[in-house]
Amino acid sequence: MTTVLESLNRALHACLAESPQVRLLGEDVLDPYGGAFKVTRGLSTAFPDRVLTTPVSEAGIVGLGVGMALRGLRPVVEIMFGDFVLLAADQLVNHAAKLRWMTGDQARVPLVVRTPMGGGRGYGPTHSQSLEKHLLGTPGLRTLAASAVGDPGALLKTAVLSDDDPVLFIEHKLLYGKDLMAGGDEVEKLTVGDRYPAYRLRVTGAPAPSLTLVSYGYPAEQALQALRALAFEHEVFAELFVYTQLAPFDLGPLMESVALTHRLLTIEEGTRSLGWGAEVVAGALEAHGAGLRAGRVAAQDLPIPAAQALEAAVLPGPASITAAALALAR
Amino acid sequence: MNPCDDPLELYRRMLLIRLFEERALESFSRGLVYGTTHTAIGQEADAVGVLSCTRPGDVIVSNHRGHGHFLAYGGPAEALAAEMMGRATGVCGGRGGSQHLHWKDFYASGILGGTIPLAAGMALAERERGAGGVVVAFLGDGTLGEGVVYESLNLASLWELPLVLVVENNRYAQTTPIARHLAGSLTGRFAAFGIPVEEAETTDVLEVRRLTQPRLDAARVGEGPQALVLHTYRFSAHSKGDDTRDPAEIERYRKADPLPLHAARLTAAEVERLQREVKQDLERAFAAALAAAPASPSSLTPALGSPR
Repeated sequence: MTTVLESLNRALHACLAESPQVRLLGEDVLDPYGGAFKVTRGLSTAFPDRVLTTPVSEAGIVGLGVGMALRGLRPVVEIMFGDFVLLAADQLVNHAAKLRWMTGDQARVPLVVRTPMGGGRGYGPTHSQSLEKHLLGTPGLRTLAASAVGDPGALLKTAVLSDDDPVLFIEHKLLYGKDLMAGGDEVEKLTVGDRYPAYRLRVTGAPAPSLTLVSYGYPAEQALQALRALAFEHEVFAELFVYTQLAPFDLGPLMESVALTHRLLTIEEGTRSLGWGAEVVAGALEAHGAGLRAGRVAAQDLPIPAAQALEAAVLPGPASITAAALALAR
Repeated sequence: MNPCDDPLELYRRMLLIRLFEERALESFSRGLVYGTTHTAIGQEADAVGVLSCTRPGDVIVSNHRGHGHFLAYGGPAEALAAEMMGRATGVCGGRGGSQHLHWKDFYASGILGGTIPLAAGMALAERERGAGGVVVAFLGDGTLGEGVVYESLNLASLWELPLVLVVENNRYAQTTPIARHLAGSLTGRFAAFGIPVEEAETTDVLEVRRLTQPRLDAARVGEGPQALVLHTYRFSAHSKGDDTRDPAEIERYRKADPLPLHAARLTAAEVERLQREVKQDLERAFAAALAAAPASPSSLTPALGSPR
């Protein structure tokens, strides 16, 4: 079995081994510590000159990455907690995302900024958020989300080695210890698209779905649990789309399913208002027209509290997903 | 642009900037240019003095007040005028406008301070490339209010990057005088990070060159980042019609106008010839820009290509 953490770590090893242009920068990334979440473990030992530990300067190191990328390197910058990515928002929005386009496609910025998002570990209001919604919808910035359903290492490797545009790469903290989804007979998986694929999941042998679920990252794991519970406990059959590319967002694969089910439930861990789910539902409604029923499962519009019971009440989980799905299916 | 110490050519480059900026402002008032602009009239010796010391392959990072840097680097005046006029032939096809220019190894952005970590990253890349390239980044006194500048000074010094930071202290952040926006020592900001710094109260292009060359040489041979603080003045408004300064103060600084200062080293005939030539060049450049096709909405390709 391979965990998400192992998959990402091996991918970074492979990137450094395969391309002399790759550099890795971040806070506390050197061995023996190997990064706050250990994604960079072993890299500084294997590539001592190309793995740079940095001061606590998120804006500085993302900007440094933009400059390196402009001049022929392929930097990977780690932001220790996703909550800190807003310190580098100017670098991502006004520099990385703009430079190619505003120079008439003359400059290119092959930069990957990796960062762990998400709660469920009791880290409280400033170390638990899923802030990607604030950066989605930035023209020129691609946002990818690792998932245990697919191959997160392959996703990262594609972004680092073959994408010439800036990528924000989201890793949910609770995914790191998860095993990659193995082929099993309970759930069947179709892969849609190749570069940054989406995955279409159904309970094996289930009748035609009456409901479409869509998610990414760790909430997709919870949605997968809900998919099984819906089928085995409630005889409600859904299909689940797990996206790896959040922005730019391609509704195409999803709409095939929505055309059959006329019911769509979005599942995310970011706050509910004005978020990713709202955009997906709005896009689906425009494409589908009247007759679409839709719902959103997301975090409450609150900071994420530290106490375990409070945190659980604010964040979505399999039970709230199942309940929302049942309400929509009826 | 190739290094240059020819007094005639240095004058030609400063005159090009002066006359370009005057023409740009005039084009605005005639409604030929859309948007905004920040001219560098009075600061020509900084751009020309510093950039006449650079070599081909050096990287230039400029700011919102970048036309002078662009022209001193050797950027084409016609493509700059066309960019400002929203023409397809603009240096960035009309997408960037006055503040966002890119040509060869020249980059400019309208975000103050955000360009300085980029310059440090470029310097890291140039060092790894191993061809001896240096990055020269221009910033103004106002930009010293941005925190990311200090993250960048720390990183550049820590990693001994081949970066030369040129502060053009024109004594105003837009309309706010330096006494109201800057505490402590200007040069001390660099010294605190262990970055060698030199300052001068000068509008003399030769003096700027004399100060710049050792900074560039030191950065080039691996002595790490260097800083140069040039106390200067802009005779023009921050952008177009937003000048709140005392006219008597402007007149006082006009006595140190870099152009007559340097012209005194040339013969009257030489000055007259250069003025005629540069004026003709710019007339051609602005006319060609004006005659070029406007940038078309059909040129609006997706920012990342199509999804998936």
